[in-house]
Amino acid sequence: MSRSTRHPVPPRRPATAKRLRRLGAWPDPRVYLLRHAEVLLSSLGRLWRNPVASLMTVAVIGIALALPTGLHLLLENARLLSGGWDGSTQVSLFLRREVPEAESQRLARALGERPEIAESTLIPRAEALEEFRALSGFGGALDALEENPLPDVIVVRPAPGHAAPEEVEALVTELRVTPGVEHARLDMQWVKRLYALMEIVRRGVEVVAVLLGLAVLLVVGNTIRLDIQNRRREIEVAKLIGATDAFIRRPFLYSGAWYGLFGGVAAWLLVSMALWATGGPVQQLALLYQSQFRLVAADAPTVLALLVGGALLGLLGSWLAVGRHLRAIEPS
Amino acid sequence: MIRFDEVQKRYPGGHEALKGVTFAIDKGELVFLTGHSGAGKSTLLKLIALIERVSHGQVVVDGENLTRMRRARVPYLRRRLGIIFQDHHLLYDRTVFDNVALPLVISGVPHVEVGRRVRAALDKVGLLGKERLYPITLSGGEQQRVGIARAVVHKPVLLIADEPTGNLDPDLAREIMQLFLLFNQVGVTVLIATHALDLVRALGERVLHLEHGRLDELRVGGR
Ligand SMILES: Nc1ncnc2c1ncn2[C@@H]1O[C@H](COP(=O)(O)OP(=O)(O)OP(=O)(O)O)[C@@H](O)[C@H]1O
Ligand SMILES: [Mg+2]
Repeated sequence: MSRSTRHPVPPRRPATAKRLRRLGAWPDPRVYLLRHAEVLLSSLGRLWRNPVASLMTVAVIGIALALPTGLHLLLENARLLSGGWDGSTQVSLFLRREVPEAESQRLARALGERPEIAESTLIPRAEALEEFRALSGFGGALDALEENPLPDVIVVRPAPGHAAPEEVEALVTELRVTPGVEHARLDMQWVKRLYALMEIVRRGVEVVAVLLGLAVLLVVGNTIRLDIQNRRREIEVAKLIGATDAFIRRPFLYSGAWYGLFGGVAAWLLVSMALWATGGPVQQLALLYQSQFRLVAADAPTVLALLVGGALLGLLGSWLAVGRHLRAIEPS
Repeated sequence: MIRFDEVQKRYPGGHEALKGVTFAIDKGELVFLTGHSGAGKSTLLKLIALIERVSHGQVVVDGENLTRMRRARVPYLRRRLGIIFQDHHLLYDRTVFDNVALPLVISGVPHVEVGRRVRAALDKVGLLGKERLYPITLSGGEQQRVGIARAVVHKPVLLIADEPTGNLDPDLAREIMQLFLLFNQVGVTVLIATHALDLVRALGERVLHLEHGRLDELRVGGR
């Protein structure tokens, strides 16, 4: 008789749900949820019992998250501010020299009645010359000229509802071919440049955010790694009496999420403090420019994104650490 | 319940701790495992709990072939075992109650039942009054009994113990052995590795004797 018939190996029974449940693999869902809630709270309690270490980690995460959040807010404020300046876009129409002043006045009035134009002001050539003489200091040179070299100029300001860059461009193109107009100049170039500059800064902020997000992953990962090392014995015992990887992983994942969430809260506090500290001077500066501008704080979606993002980063960071370090610990 | 078939265990480094061990233990048996220091007793028990894996041959425990068992299924095997070590692997930052409750918490037993079963297990080992204490405040024998309570609280089908009486005085050792007999009487299969040969002789149960990694079965008396 061969050995294999003496010791037959029974066929593997299929892992039916009922059997898994009997073995404790699939506990009652209510019990399961309750356990999750318990682990969630006990991992919070664990952070609470090591306040100094936990606060250090949270502070580092907070600073890392506060930087991109603060820059984002700065950009947001810059966008609002430049949005306010859109109203000051203006088009200068230089009329042909041969157009008589009466005709210039008629054109200015006609333009002023158009709905897409808020205001249309004529600067007669004589007035322009006086102004130039007063401001430039070239008075003597001008006197040498036989006649006024300046044309009549009509300054047009687009109506508030028609101040978007494309609409203003279209208006300028049309005005350029109006009879009597020699040349039209749009004083908007600097707004465009500002927008371009802000776009670059925005990209920069995104890069900084990604880098600091990685830093948060590393900080959380390292904290959880130390935590795993400190609880090595506990993990060994748990594995020895039949804890699954998921069971052992859970408290560490929740700790990571807590770190991230509190880091998000810390970042919010830091940014709010920075806003509060700069709010006064900014308002004074705005007053000097006769502006009602005030710094806006983080709105609800931003705060929510900060907190949820922080928690998710913490979760991911601890997931990475747990995946690398838990498997190495086996009872012996 | 347990079947070893030509089991060989070679540790990394080349030392052969078990050299072709074959035996079977039926459901409901109580068996002692004896042998000199370094004979391979701990190694044999570790193979049963899948703390180590065999190099050759096969091990079947409670109807499952451990040789082919995937890592993810190991926890479910261990939940059917009760494991007791000489250094009892207690968690010193948790109360006696929490230590004993651990196997139940791990397998998701509802709260009310946890309390009931932990107290029943502590009652069996005579530590009912000490559930709120921390293990560090207990004597060596008491700590060992906490370990035993934790090993039986989830009603395992198989209890394995590695020198459970190692550093206890003879009276305590006898007391602990009586506990194992008690569990055996309610149907638990028990396998105990021990040096306490006089105790083993006095009890007259089946004995597996290891000699340099080879098995040499002797039956001391009968029941
Ligand atoms: N992890 C390991 N790596 C390498 N060799 C090991 C390992 N564990 C045990 N051994 C060796 O295997 C042999 C058997 O060890 P084992 O622990 O099984 O003996 P034992 O019978 O339990 O001895 P004791 O009565 O002293 O506890 C010993 O020679 C030991 O040195
Ligand atoms: Mg040993």
